Amino acid sequence: MAQAAIDSRITTEVLRGNPARLRRERAMRSLFFSAAFLSVVISAGIVFSLAGGAFDFLRKVNLSTLWSAGWFPRNNLFDVKTILAGTVIVAAIAMVVAAPLVLGAALYLSEYANPRARRFLKPILETLASVPSVVMGFFALAVISPDIVQRFFGSSVPLFNLMAAGLGVGLLVTPLVASVAEDAMHAVPDALREAAFGLGARRRTSSIRVVVPAAVSGITASIILGISRAVGETMIVAIVAGGTGGSLFNLNPLRGGQTMTAAITALATGSDQVRGAGPAYPSLFFVGLLLFGMTLGLNLLSERFVRRVRRQF
Amino acid sequence: MAVTERIAEATREEVRRSLSGRRRDGRETAFSLVLLLTLVVALAVLVVLLLDVARTAVPLLKERGGQVLGNGYSSLPQNAGIKQGLVGSLYLMVFVLVLAVPLGIGAAIYMEEYARDTKLARFINTNIRNLAGVPAIVYGILGFAVFVQLLKPVTGPGTVEGKSLLAGGLTISLMVLPIIIITTQEALRSVPKSIREGGFGVGATRWEVIRSHVLPSAAPGILTGSVLAMARALGETAPLIMVGAVTGFLATPGGILASLQQRFTSLPTLIFAYVKKPEPQFQDLAAAAILVLMVLIFVVNLGAILMRNRYERKW
Repeated sequence: MAQAAIDSRITTEVLRGNPARLRRERAMRSLFFSAAFLSVVISAGIVFSLAGGAFDFLRKVNLSTLWSAGWFPRNNLFDVKTILAGTVIVAAIAMVVAAPLVLGAALYLSEYANPRARRFLKPILETLASVPSVVMGFFALAVISPDIVQRFFGSSVPLFNLMAAGLGVGLLVTPLVASVAEDAMHAVPDALREAAFGLGARRRTSSIRVVVPAAVSGITASIILGISRAVGETMIVAIVAGGTGGSLFNLNPLRGGQTMTAAITALATGSDQVRGAGPAYPSLFFVGLLLFGMTLGLNLLSERFVRRVRRQF
Repeated sequence: MAVTERIAEATREEVRRSLSGRRRDGRETAFSLVLLLTLVVALAVLVVLLLDVARTAVPLLKERGGQVLGNGYSSLPQNAGIKQGLVGSLYLMVFVLVLAVPLGIGAAIYMEEYARDTKLARFINTNIRNLAGVPAIVYGILGFAVFVQLLKPVTGPGTVEGKSLLAGGLTISLMVLPIIIITTQEALRSVPKSIREGGFGVGATRWEVIRSHVLPSAAPGILTGSVLAMARALGETAPLIMVGAVTGFLATPGGILASLQQRFTSLPTLIFAYVKKPEPQFQDLAAAAILVLMVLIFVVNLGAILMRNRYERKW
């Protein structure tokens, strides 16, 4: 037998591998890790900039002004409940509008539409979810406020009111929430539906009594997601809710009002823009911190519901 | 026997129909119609909105289309146009493409391919998901605090005071990053393990397997996700307002590199500025700008969906 010309000794050098390859592997790994770690840096940046500015504000402000007649930063009145009320009213109106539309649309797409229609309608729904909020704000100002709110509630309603903002936000949020809710309903196994049909149920019985209860965690998660999105919505309220220059504490949706998000934009660039050593300027960080805390809490709550869904199936 | 067969067939038919829930009665039809109505309302709003916008915008564009698209901002409505908005939005998309997409893909690769199930990895994962749900305006505050205030000498020295294209592009890229990470993660997750194991089996390192097997297979999904994120970035206004887009407009001609430290704007912020003006001609201009923006977003979304349908691989 001819001896093999290749030296077949296995040394530790051979087993260790080509050092250049290993170096490259380690380099790529650290590169990707730093990209992933950047997200932590971003979070830290958000928390620190918000907290720092909020702390600055709380140091400078006269704490009694946090419970006063209204939100007038230029006059040193920082009534927190005004902007909170504005945000809550807009979000509440938005969800009242969105919830029935969402449930109906999602139920129809998941239970009644035939597969071809669903394949066609689902992308349309997802495209709708990408309508920019500034476009919906224009629609709220040009159509919803004059033609719907003022016509329905009488001409004493000003053009800039919270109701129009709430309706706009609700319509904006509907496609997104419907898409998520429909995914939740569609994920319910067919076996559950067939069991219901096997017992003689009609389609509406199986939809309402079987599918919706089975998907309730996912549906709740989607609604909480919608609330979070409505709370964080800026452009529609900045355009149509009024509140430029400040607003009194107001629980009437048929009047103008100020939300947390619009207050922040007004403080940075708009009518309330102030600079200098007073408490007015850092108040935007304070409001931002409140907003961040609210949406973070809502998102974590929503995620808890999503985890419950995963455990079921 | 024929009779038994026919009975058996009829029963089979009855059973089949019962199992599909197709027992139709009046209330069933009414119920399904109500549901269909909600779906139609949810979808029809956009159609109504677009028709309303088109009603004002199309005549304006037919009349002065070239002027509207070609002119810059002006306080006289008859001279004003949307060019600066278009150019600004385009520049911002370049930022997203150059910054957010590579960083997002890199982060997703780490999370899906390299990270072991440690506390740090789970923390980063939760963190990314939370970042995706943070409202856009909070990113605006971050951009304002860091890029405009803190990094003023870098982003916009002189009269610009930090409210430059650089600051705006960085802010938008940060905002869009979590979305890109999440969609890329899903695309990578959809590649079956066997593909990777084939690579490992012939002795490739992890990066070599990713580069030669995983990334090409996941490319369609990654591409779709990035394009959808860019469509989202096109429509964002709130963070850009915080970073100064409303008060500034592109003053410098010349390419993107010349304008990096100059004031900027984008199409959505231009729309916002025009909507806020009382004169009705500015409202019409805003309508025209909205039409252009919607067409842009629609084209980008359609492109992403078509790409996904064409290149998607079913394992």
